[in-house]
Amino acid sequence: MRALVWINEDTWEATVAEAAEFLPGDAEITLLHVTSTEPEAVARAARRGLLGRHPPPPATPETLREISEQAASELLAEARTRLRRPATLRARRGRVEREVVAAAEHVDVLVLARDGDRERLGPRSLASATRFVIDHAPCRVLLIWPDTAPALTTLPPPPPGPPPPQSACGRG
Amino acid sequence: MTDGLALAGTLLVLGVTLAVAVARPPYLPEAVAACAGGVLLVLVGAIGLSRASDALRALGPTIGFLAAMLLIADGCRREGLFDAMGALMARGSGGSPQRLLAFVFVIAAVITAVLSLDATIVLLTPVVFVTAARMRTSAKPQVYACAHLANSASLLLPVSNLTNLLAFHASKLSFLHFGALMALPTIAAVGVEWIVFRRFFAADLERPRRAGARPARPELPRFAVAVLAFTLTGFALSSVVGIEPVWFAAAGAAAISIPALARRTTTPVVLARAAEPGFLIFVLGLGVIVQAASVNGLDTAVRAVLPTGASLGDLLMIAALSAIFANLVNNLPATLMLVPVTAAAGTGPALATLIGVNVGPNLTYVGSLATLLWRRVLRTEDTDIELGEFLRLGALTVPAALLAATVLLWLALKV
Repeated sequence: MRALVWINEDTWEATVAEAAEFLPGDAEITLLHVTSTEPEAVARAARRGLLGRHPPPPATPETLREISEQAASELLAEARTRLRRPATLRARRGRVEREVVAAAEHVDVLVLARDGDRERLGPRSLASATRFVIDHAPCRVLLIWPDTAPALTTLPPPPPGPPPPQSACGRG
Repeated sequence: MTDGLALAGTLLVLGVTLAVAVARPPYLPEAVAACAGGVLLVLVGAIGLSRASDALRALGPTIGFLAAMLLIADGCRREGLFDAMGALMARGSGGSPQRLLAFVFVIAAVITAVLSLDATIVLLTPVVFVTAARMRTSAKPQVYACAHLANSASLLLPVSNLTNLLAFHASKLSFLHFGALMALPTIAAVGVEWIVFRRFFAADLERPRRAGARPARPELPRFAVAVLAFTLTGFALSSVVGIEPVWFAAAGAAAISIPALARRTTTPVVLARAAEPGFLIFVLGLGVIVQAASVNGLDTAVRAVLPTGASLGDLLMIAALSAIFANLVNNLPATLMLVPVTAAAGTGPALATLIGVNVGPNLTYVGSLATLLWRRVLRTEDTDIELGEFLRLGALTVPAALLAATVLLWLALKV
């Protein structure tokens, strides 16, 4: 079984723990982290917006890209240590939801965590990128709660149903 | 040359110069394009030599002021001020994305106000990015905050934005009076940003606080802070002691640069690059071109469109039109065109123009629609930005910030 475990900064510990618990011992595990390139693009665009200015390149040798790549590889390495099983590490960059879906091609199961509202059951427990991944995943999906799942009492009251049938058909 | 033809010619030269500045062709620096445009307009008689040299002389002190402030900002970077700001944010936020955003707001607003929006975009934003990456929290709201506050918080002082320096020179305000009138509008604009950001990025910000080792206490570079304090005090007292603020800026630039030269932590070439001579020349060339357009009828056209009264309605209209204009052609040329007219109309119209040209560019993340469209045509890397999301953020913040800041400016003018 080829398993892809998508981790992010907020929920990686729980995702890795659940993956270790639920994936069979012979599963080929790949840990995936995707860095959104949007913040780098915003920073670059703001710089380009300064009409006529060509500020000297920053004195620090690291570019924003190097900084985010280093952060991602550190996170993946920590995740593998916590998994305590052999795993391939994969770091991708770009639009997060599309990169995850692309990486899930040819795998048997994708493991990921809810990353929205953790207080109540419902659609808000998925942030938009995660919802996109679940909606478009080309494989089976194991969706976990990063903490314990909220109680059923957090469900909203059911919407008012249709009026009760007037006729007595079916009785007797 | 007839007036209409001369105006059309100067506007064409202006358009080409701005197009070069936006498109940045590698073989034609915008400084060269602006100078060539200015010289061409003098040669064809669209502007007399004396008018052109008047325009240059009028811009001279502003350009000197700008160069000094660029050197001070670069000196602060060299002394480690921005790294210290990063450490301060990391320690103060205690792992909470919301608190990090609060620190980014305060620090970006202060850096913008004191060292100009360029310092926030060029020097502070990378530090904020690194801090968010080390904290393992989404850098998106934090980087967007830098980009927005670089504009919104640049209302406060004459040194916060080149647009302000241009208007400051044209107005008869003292440094302190300018800051006093713009204090409430700045607070209003930043406050609007804060309210919108908290809601807009709620999903990114409402993440659990991440416990971790508390970062070390940051060491503020005392020398850089002392130079800044001295320079700002000089600005504030300039009208009292009767010395132009530009001399305090020059003193600050010398105070922070000369010891570094002596210690050999920098070289004259590096310092010269930090003052961005190409940019200074570009502003001078653009100033001559805009002056040519003004004397050939643009002035009259601006006067016909912009109200010149100081009623609340007039100020709101000036701010709104200035914001639209800044988005069409970028705020630097917009300021050069509008400020001579509004500064002649009085303090209120001049400052309302600044609210428009400073806050307005947040509608498009690259400064103007022209730049935005060009970047999209080129399909450059920033197509990674979700355009819809950015434009929605601009649409939520800019009109509200313009309104709040202008109303408070009107109130401040009444006091």
